[in-house]
Amino acid sequence: MPDLLLELFSEEIPARMQARAADDLRKLFTDRLVAAGLSYESAKTFVTPRRLTLAVEGIPVKQADLREEKKGPRVGAPQAAVAGFVQAAGLASINEATIQADKKGDFYVAVMERRGRLAREVIGEFLPQIIREFPWPKSMRWGSGSLAWIRPLHSIVATFGPATEEPDILAFSIGGIAAGNETRGHRFLAPQAFAVRRFEDYERKLEAAKVVLDRERRKQIIAADAKNLAFAQGYELIEDTALLDEVAGLVEWPILLVGSFDEVFLSIPSEIVRATIRNNQKCFVLAQAAPRTTEQSQAKELAPRFVLVANMEAQDGGHAIVAGNERVIRARLADARFFYETDLKTRLEARLPKFKAIVFHEKLGTQWERIGRIERLAASLAAKTGADGQRAARAARLAKSDLLTEVVGEFPELQGLMGKYYALAQGEDASVAAACEEHYKPVGPNDRVPTHPVSVTVALADKLDALTGFWIIDEKPTGSKDPYALRRAALGVIRLILANDLRLSLSQALRLGCSLHNSSNGGGVDHVIPDLLAFFAERLKVQLREQGARHDLVDAVFALGNQDDLVLIVRRIEALARLLATEDGKNLLSGYKRATSIIRIEEKNDRRAYVGNPDASLYRQSEEQALAGAIAEVRTQAASAVAHEDFEGAMRALATLRPHVDAFFDKVTVNVEDAELRENRLKLLNQIRDATRAVADFSRIEA
Amino acid sequence: MSSDLPPHMRPERSFQGLILGLQSYWADYGCVILQPYDMEVGAGTFHPATTLRALGPKPWNAAYVQPSRRPKDGRYGENPNRLQHYYQFQVILKPSPIDLQDLYLRSLYAIGINPSLHDIRFVEDDWESPTLGARGLGWECWCDGMEVSQFTYFQQVAGFECAPVSGELTYGLERLAMYVQGVDRVFELNFNGREGARKVTYGDVFLQAEEEYSRHNFEYADTDMLFEQFRMAEQACRRYIDAGWATVGNSRRHLLALPAYDQCIKASHVFNLLDARGVISVTERQSYILRVRELAKACGEAWLATAAGGADAYAGSAA
Repeated sequence: MPDLLLELFSEEIPARMQARAADDLRKLFTDRLVAAGLSYESAKTFVTPRRLTLAVEGIPVKQADLREEKKGPRVGAPQAAVAGFVQAAGLASINEATIQADKKGDFYVAVMERRGRLAREVIGEFLPQIIREFPWPKSMRWGSGSLAWIRPLHSIVATFGPATEEPDILAFSIGGIAAGNETRGHRFLAPQAFAVRRFEDYERKLEAAKVVLDRERRKQIIAADAKNLAFAQGYELIEDTALLDEVAGLVEWPILLVGSFDEVFLSIPSEIVRATIRNNQKCFVLAQAAPRTTEQSQAKELAPRFVLVANMEAQDGGHAIVAGNERVIRARLADARFFYETDLKTRLEARLPKFKAIVFHEKLGTQWERIGRIERLAASLAAKTGADGQRAARAARLAKSDLLTEVVGEFPELQGLMGKYYALAQGEDASVAAACEEHYKPVGPNDRVPTHPVSVTVALADKLDALTGFWIIDEKPTGSKDPYALRRAALGVIRLILANDLRLSLSQALRLGCSLHNSSNGGGVDHVIPDLLAFFAERLKVQLREQGARHDLVDAVFALGNQDDLVLIVRRIEALARLLATEDGKNLLSGYKRATSIIRIEEKNDRRAYVGNPDASLYRQSEEQALAGAIAEVRTQAASAVAHEDFEGAMRALATLRPHVDAFFDKVTVNVEDAELRENRLKLLNQIRDATRAVADFSRIEA
Repeated sequence: MSSDLPPHMRPERSFQGLILGLQSYWADYGCVILQPYDMEVGAGTFHPATTLRALGPKPWNAAYVQPSRRPKDGRYGENPNRLQHYYQFQVILKPSPIDLQDLYLRSLYAIGINPSLHDIRFVEDDWESPTLGARGLGWECWCDGMEVSQFTYFQQVAGFECAPVSGELTYGLERLAMYVQGVDRVFELNFNGREGARKVTYGDVFLQAEEEYSRHNFEYADTDMLFEQFRMAEQACRRYIDAGWATVGNSRRHLLALPAYDQCIKASHVFNLLDARGVISVTERQSYILRVRELAKACGEAWLATAAGGADAYAGSAA
């Protein structure tokens, strides 16, 4: 069966768009192919800075033939109806239609046989549409044409045919470019055009023309060569997958070279050196080979070397390329050092007034106002977090100020970290400096959670201020939209509280946060707190489920209501899980289920609720007596244990109910003739339900 | 290429030789070689030969040096490569030829950058000028990791779609010269290609100016006057725009597009100075940019109603 080779050869495609474009091309092509009734065995795409290539194997030569019958008007129908049918069915005259009879009479039927078309024609028709409608994030026009592509498109290879034959060139053209069978190699190393037949010789000839077609292979080459070069120099490569992805999209023929820079630049924070070399120059940095324990790549000392990935096998072995890159990096590092040293001349607090002119959100005021709120919130929260209140307030005050420094202006990803450096440099307490960095944390579900009380306090204040503020102005996340990352903020609060075992009432903290916002926004604060609590409950469920907690246990605890101490909620869930893992727990649960199902049925039949205390004088059997006694005992014990936050104790107490529940069901009949007795027994069963509510709503637990 | 030139004229030996080399290359291609626009601008793009000529249907190929002022980039002559006044070499080709990348690479060869020794890369960098209401797609061109040019296919200027599309090349001349001369500090560039006592450096020509203008831009520029100048330029621009509209034959023409645009350039530069002086707050900043953009749009619209803007081509259909 025939194979297709398609190459769209253009000027340089932005690195960040390449992988996506390759996926899109494969999907668009195969979707159209299948929609046209054609199959394929395999489809692969490849992308380099200058070409987007699709190789599809095993496409049938032609579409299957189709036979379609179209029913027309009754024989003898008005002339207009017949004429309309003739036209709609594409017949020359009504004589071409057959006449078929059904129970209503004779009808004209047009039998249309559509011969399957040649695949190469079909593909040649839809390819231009795919190209014209290709979903580039941005596209452009060039010259006098109207075709839009990511950058000017220069040529198209489109061959189609079985392996054994000379393939056909698909007959289409777009934007003045006719599909052909010629492409070019590396821009400088093999610029001549050459003809290709199919994917196999195409890939081979490209390799000879200094183009590694497969992006994954380019990545492997770069990663391996970088490591080896570093090792040969006695250093270690600091691996960087994002950078690797990017540089693999900047070269067709990767050549790796090592350059060096002056050691004096190692005196500025290593993150600045790395950001300079990585972001601006797209080079890898190296670390001193550490004989001590590895693992902490951040703590590694940088080496005054970098690895660059060139797209060129230069005639002088890369001498000029290395020298050029070294000069640029030297100048960049000199700039970075200048920024850093300039920053050090201004104290962080001296920068704060500038925040008065920076709007955080039009309804939530300036950054200055936000910082003021975070500061007050941090000072109040300190009592709960065990932090020194003054330090927490100080840290909250300074934590955002590095946003206005030169280094962060240049490298936004260093926000927080630079705050720490500058805070230390101006003699702040170590906990204050650490909080400047850590108050953004945890950023994602895998980010580290701060543990120092000052950091924890400011991190909480930062997030609670945002959450309450956006809730008050009704900018809550909806569906997939969460422009202010509030889900992440709520999860951050949850993780901060749980990881640090912080005992606080979330509703109180939220009320505090709300109270600091401008009262003009506060119209609906009353509903804000319950709504936010529900949001937190939802986030906590997601979080606990991801950690493997049973969702029904989470629900069972939340169903108790009024739960706003996250630490206790989680402890309850854990204790509940342990109870249910025991034989007693399992049986208690099934006893509970049995009891509630009996009550539910009877309540439904009798249209009444069996609540209230049973009458002890109506107990006829010892099992009733025993169960009632046990329940009373367990209730007291469980309540006392819960009051002492001893959920294990409460569960243990509950577990002691089990033999009594079992015995009751063994020996006692609930639905007896005597209505009074029956009511009393149902009420007793209900006591089991009530007793378990001391720790959770057992009705939410799945058997 | 340059080998038949006397040493002091070679692009790799002198700043002026580099300029002459680029001029001669693009003159040979058929460009109109213009002289710098006689107003203060932030970049070569502001020259009406680019901004305005990029609009409308008429073909246009031009190249010129443009002194460019970025008041905020001044470093009192202390930084090895930041300047508040520098030169750009600007090439504008409309419609953009399909071999524009090759033309560009050959221009590098013409000034002494041999692609077989260097690593030349086209790295995504889309261009946008909020003040000009302009945007384009393209790259920054890297030579051994250094950005030596900006390469842009204009898509929109002054709020109007460009059709045909212009290709714009902007060479950062100082950086390029530092690169080909192998100099680390801009002020050490050989300006005239001579050696010994007859040698003139970039510092000899511009160091004092960098010091003085940095002082001016950051400390002394008269902000009251500048606010007033901004207001005046804005008003004048609007007045010329309003006054320039006329009916010629049966089509709507504009008779003052270029003078109006001068005032737009003026407002833009004054804004840059005010910005450098730090007297424009972050929120105000956006509104100033918008005000300049409104002027640029009005000028672009006016230009499209002139002969060079292609009004002739539309004259028949204008009624």
